[in-house]
Amino acid sequence: MLQSLFDGILVGSILSLGAIGLTLIMHILRFANFSHAELIALGAYFALTLDAMVSGLSATLTTRLPHLSVSVSLILAMLLSLLLTGLLAALIDKLVFKRLRENAGPLTMVFASFGIGLIVRNVIGLIYGLKSTHYSNDIAFALMVSSDPLLLIKPDQLFILVLTIVVMLALHLLITRTSIGYALLAVSENPELAQVNGINLAAMIRLAWLLGGSLAAIAGVCYALNNQLSPVMGRDLVLSLFAAAIVGGIGSIYGAALGGLIVGLASSLALLYIPTGYKPAMPFVIILLALYVRPNGLLGEER
Amino acid sequence: MIGIISYLTFFLTIAFILAIAVLGLNLQWGFTGLFNGGIVAFFGAGAYGIVLLGGPPRVDGLGGFALPYPVALIGAILLAGALALLVGLATTRLRHDYLAIATFGVAIALETVVRNAEYLTGGAKGLRGFERPFEAMIADPFYYNLFFLLIVFMCVCAVYWFLETLVRSPFGRLLRAVRENERAARSLGKSPPAIRLTSFVLGAMIMGLSGALYATFYAFISPQDLAPILTFQIWAMLIVGGSGNNQGAIIGALVVWGSWVGSGWLLTAVAPQDIQLYAGSIQYILIGSIIVLTLLARPKGLLPEKLSQMRYTMQHSPTPGRRHET
Repeated sequence: MLQSLFDGILVGSILSLGAIGLTLIMHILRFANFSHAELIALGAYFALTLDAMVSGLSATLTTRLPHLSVSVSLILAMLLSLLLTGLLAALIDKLVFKRLRENAGPLTMVFASFGIGLIVRNVIGLIYGLKSTHYSNDIAFALMVSSDPLLLIKPDQLFILVLTIVVMLALHLLITRTSIGYALLAVSENPELAQVNGINLAAMIRLAWLLGGSLAAIAGVCYALNNQLSPVMGRDLVLSLFAAAIVGGIGSIYGAALGGLIVGLASSLALLYIPTGYKPAMPFVIILLALYVRPNGLLGEER
Repeated sequence: MIGIISYLTFFLTIAFILAIAVLGLNLQWGFTGLFNGGIVAFFGAGAYGIVLLGGPPRVDGLGGFALPYPVALIGAILLAGALALLVGLATTRLRHDYLAIATFGVAIALETVVRNAEYLTGGAKGLRGFERPFEAMIADPFYYNLFFLLIVFMCVCAVYWFLETLVRSPFGRLLRAVRENERAARSLGKSPPAIRLTSFVLGAMIMGLSGALYATFYAFISPQDLAPILTFQIWAMLIVGGSGNNQGAIIGALVVWGSWVGSGWLLTAVAPQDIQLYAGSIQYILIGSIIVLTLLARPKGLLPEKLSQMRYTMQHSPTPGRRHET
């Protein structure tokens, strides 16, 4: 039970990071982006390659942080990867989604997002191989925090938890203390009204992609640290991300963070009662429940 | 020569079975603007439904009621419809892309059930089907396959005729009215959610028919037959053929299935050994590229919808962030 709670919070915090970008885009551009989860996979794999490049620069960079399997070079690689993934997200928008929303409806963008997801996932498979891999081959031993009830925690997991909390705090400060954050919040609440007040919508859309892509990249590195890197990691996460965004309420950044935790906890706790094989269906059950009971989500606005 | 004809028979049988699913999607997406992200779920409900209802009695699980073929077929189609009702009731009154998410989810949920509920679905081993209709009368497999192709072709014609009649009927005009301008439809006293739900369930039942024919043809069904790529293939077929055009849907099915089979053959025949491992990935990229490039370069497909000039001048506004009246 305690172990399930911890695992749920851990997975939930990763989902939260991924779902924030998804909910922003879903609200501002009015379409469900099925390729968003592929940004998570891209971020994780970019970090893998960059890690190898950075650690080639100097041997001191490969030293591991105390107790962790995370090296200095991996942290540098993650920072570069979030920039790269954010830029790539904005580039995909410029090449595909922007053109489609100029002369077709939002559902056409949903169609295209499925296609892009399929392409990205399989290109990753072509480049990195279909087998799963890890950032580090060292075995990270779990610490027994308590034996009854059993609670095993890996130091890497604490690192992930702290990292996600720091990122969320930074995001909170960005949207509540800076004018660019205000503008983004305004656009996500009411795109037309924001434009009337002189906010550059095109720039805010670019910012939303940059931000969403960067958060997805961090989520990808965390997910890969906790599990592993695999070309299908995006496909495995996409439904949970939608569940988080819908439970929290589309367009609500805090809702997505809360929704991620709820989905992570619910999926983890459900495993106490249902066989593991049914785990992939959990997000669907959550989505269906949310749509029947509270279609606007916990923190979403009525529409 | 016999070899070529028998291969062509096989190819056309599968292509036409898939064409039926494309026609079902055309009703949902082409005529009503409903996004189905989990075609494979409704196809699978039909496929498993017919094997469970019409199959031989099972010793190790539920199912195998050995019902007469037409009864089993109707039951399979109704099963697909019931699944669509469950998803549709939750989503047709909400934002339009919620249906996309919910259908995508139902496909994943069905896949986990199919893989894990061994008592019902045989798990990864799959389910053995039953002797195909009239198989005892036509002993020669070559002639039987030709006969089966004929049955499938007649089903395609029947679904085509049904849809053409439907879209020309007052209900068909309602579908387009809801797709083009929901607010106007509502102002005329129509109920868009009910109309969308009807269209969605009907389309899903047609997909169920397609799945049922597929399981009948192979006399076997397993989770491998319900790979998520099927959903993408069906879409690619509709988009290439031209959504909103039933003839286009059938042509799209033939073209895309041809390039799928052709590319697979080419990869095994020409590509070096170490690339063979990635043949699947390359084919998936092909399907993804077909979808994205067709949407960008030729959004109306090979055969555009006959009313297309109305659709593209009225519906779409150039500003992003436009709000819908949901």
